[in-house]
Amino acid sequence: MITKMTHVCVYVLNQKRAYDFYINKLGFKVVIDAPMGDDGRWLTVCAPDQPDLEITLYPVSAGSMFTKETAQAMTELIKKGTFGCGVFTCKDIFATYEELKAKDVEFTKLPKKEFYGIEAIFKDDSGNWFSLAQLG
Amino acid sequence: MTAVEPYPKVYLYRRIVQAKLFIDSNYASAIDVDNIADEAFFSKFHFIRLFKKVYGKTPHQYLTAVRIEKAMALLNANVPVSDVCCMVGFDSASSFTGLFKRLVGITPSVYGARQQHIKATMMHSPLSFVPGCFAEKNGWLKE
Repeated sequence: MITKMTHVCVYVLNQKRAYDFYINKLGFKVVIDAPMGDDGRWLTVCAPDQPDLEITLYPVSAGSMFTKETAQAMTELIKKGTFGCGVFTCKDIFATYEELKAKDVEFTKLPKKEFYGIEAIFKDDSGNWFSLAQLG
Repeated sequence: MTAVEPYPKVYLYRRIVQAKLFIDSNYASAIDVDNIADEAFFSKFHFIRLFKKVYGKTPHQYLTAVRIEKAMALLNANVPVSDVCCMVGFDSASSFTGLFKRLVGITPSVYGARQQHIKATMMHSPLSFVPGCFAEKNGWLKE
């Protein structure tokens, strides 16, 4: 029986830049930051109130995981904003929106009342998009 | 994206958020709620009420939380406790240690030592922190 999810992967174009975005702009916490081999780095972060769901910031580059062609195709798709990677919730969406906007986070949808709550959409520094929601 | 006013009382939100960001940047200085309320152009009590409504904490509680969180980051970076205390805006080491222990559950020195131990383990056996599937796909398991 599966009990819960512990890791989710977000493919990013530049791991160092993604670190800055997720930690300094979104206010996430580092869970694991471990050097792997010569130039590898296993980097996971979490939303402040959810330490047991690690978001792996996985760099898209040619290597063992991706062939050169796959890495190239992934890069193009991520840049184009193809991938929606999930929904983050917050207590007060207007305050969260204003704060992220003050930190130059790009929004593609302003907070709007939907059937399930108030929702906005923002992009990370690579081009992955996330929903920001205040439910209820 | 064009600036629009997507929701009511947008100016109130902006001021509260600016006050929060002011705390985030100035936690190391001797700021108090009056400074912060001035920064947000509010009367003190109105400001405290609105701030708490948005962030679930009074500005003073939030400032304390930011200071303790920054202290944890500095201890994680192996900065000595005596330096950390001043760097996050506390005047006295005993009030810092007392508050840290109350909020984190352990003293700053125990917390610092624990973090150094975790970091050392991460440096020496990083694979124990990585799910095997990723380690294998990346070729990290090769001898």
